[in-house]
Amino acid sequence: MTERTIIDMASIPRLAPHMRLRHDKARAQWTIQAPERSFVLDPVAHAIVSRCDGAARLDAVVADLCTAFPDAPRDVIEKDVVALVQNFVDKSVMQA
Amino acid sequence: MTALEPPLALLAELTHRCPLQCPYCSNPLALEKAANEMPTADWLRAINEAAELGCLQVHFSGGEPTVRRDLEQLIAGATAAGLYTNLITSGVALDAGRLAALIAAGLEHVQLSFQDSGAEIGERIGGYQGAHAKKLATARLVRDAGLPLTANFVVHRQNLHHLTEMVDMAVAIGAHRAEIANVQYYGWALKNRAALMPSRAQLEEMTTTVAAARARLEGVLVIDYVVPDYYARRPKSCMGGWGRRFLNISPSGKVLPCHAAESLEGMAFDNVRQRSLADIWLRSEAFNRFRGTDWMPEPCKSCDRKEIDWGGCRCQAFAITGDAARTDPACGLSEDHARLVELAAGEAEAAADGFVYRRYGAAG
Ligand code: SF4
Ligand code: SF4
Repeated sequence: MTERTIIDMASIPRLAPHMRLRHDKARAQWTIQAPERSFVLDPVAHAIVSRCDGAARLDAVVADLCTAFPDAPRDVIEKDVVALVQNFVDKSVMQA
Repeated sequence: MTALEPPLALLAELTHRCPLQCPYCSNPLALEKAANEMPTADWLRAINEAAELGCLQVHFSGGEPTVRRDLEQLIAGATAAGLYTNLITSGVALDAGRLAALIAAGLEHVQLSFQDSGAEIGERIGGYQGAHAKKLATARLVRDAGLPLTANFVVHRQNLHHLTEMVDMAVAIGAHRAEIANVQYYGWALKNRAALMPSRAQLEEMTTTVAAARARLEGVLVIDYVVPDYYARRPKSCMGGWGRRFLNISPSGKVLPCHAAESLEGMAFDNVRQRSLADIWLRSEAFNRFRGTDWMPEPCKSCDRKEIDWGGCRCQAFAITGDAARTDPACGLSEDHARLVELAAGEAEAAADGFVYRRYGAAG
């Protein structure tokens, strides 16, 4: 890969190969296990990452999150989702 | 003191045997002989205990971990215990068949070390002819197998002018991450410090180069950069604090808070063959000696960074002052700091480039 992937509502992201979504029992939290890194996912981040399955487009992920979190405005959710996914894609933790 | 948290990762130093002889190797000067290495069953038990204790990852390292014939068994054991597995290798002794076996056992990632961006300097530093081509071939195998790859470069006065080439090479071989680490001066590196130490000007140039590469390669390559702390104002948080995040097991089974801890003369470390990992983590004298902040002298004791950097590196304090319980001399607030900077600048300028190679018996 020699170019940055830019994330938008049409992207179809998923965890990159060999990145593992894992519940950390000892500390009671969700994490992504990545090379020499452990990313802690708060409940919102976990809700986003676990919906990025390589089949759903990001706009469908956002729609689903709007149903799950009815109090949060759609534009806020959309912004959070793009920022989180872009950050993980930049780190090769996710791909789209 | 806050409640003791479980460790996050186990560094399993399976062996000190290695075909290379890097003069900055982090192994102790007294290299462990093959005959003293822990057998498979003890390693498997230790790995399981680490997972039960709360570790999430295991890094298989050495020496060169692939010289252990049972590496695939250990990876399989770690994977079965739920650990995320990482192989830290020089890549000179790995062929397609072996790599496939390691991956089938559950290996998730390879960190491959390069001594330079090219063969000439790299092979002089590693003391192994033909290493560079083998490393490139290993990189190709790893990427062809779809595994994420980190390219590791230890940088110092004799190769830092190739920093840009190193970063470009990392991209070219398909690495996702480059780790650019300045030498840490204890053990072999301390013996070779005069041949490795960069000047302050070189350092500043490195920092600029890394910043530019990061901007240029955003979203393509993650660059982790470990600064040399002799010229820093404040020390690094060594290992995230003594006995807070990491466990290291030496080839013979000694459990250490950090891979360099054996350089601390006068300290005794428990062996996982005699005592459970949990017991050592929670109750051993060595792990509690520098844990938290109670042990700290001034200026750390009344410093507002004491829970950020935990007083810096114990091994460095010992290497420079002979007392592991002093403030890390890399800290500008330490009484020993001026001496450290003077020493570094003097050695950088003297430019004596000969090495004492890392070999059994070479430390003398
Ligand atoms: S630093 Fe060099 S000599 Fe030491 S274990 Fe790594 S490759 Fe071998
Ligand atoms: S005085 Fe101690 S705690 Fe404060 S910055 Fe220096 S090393 Fe860290």
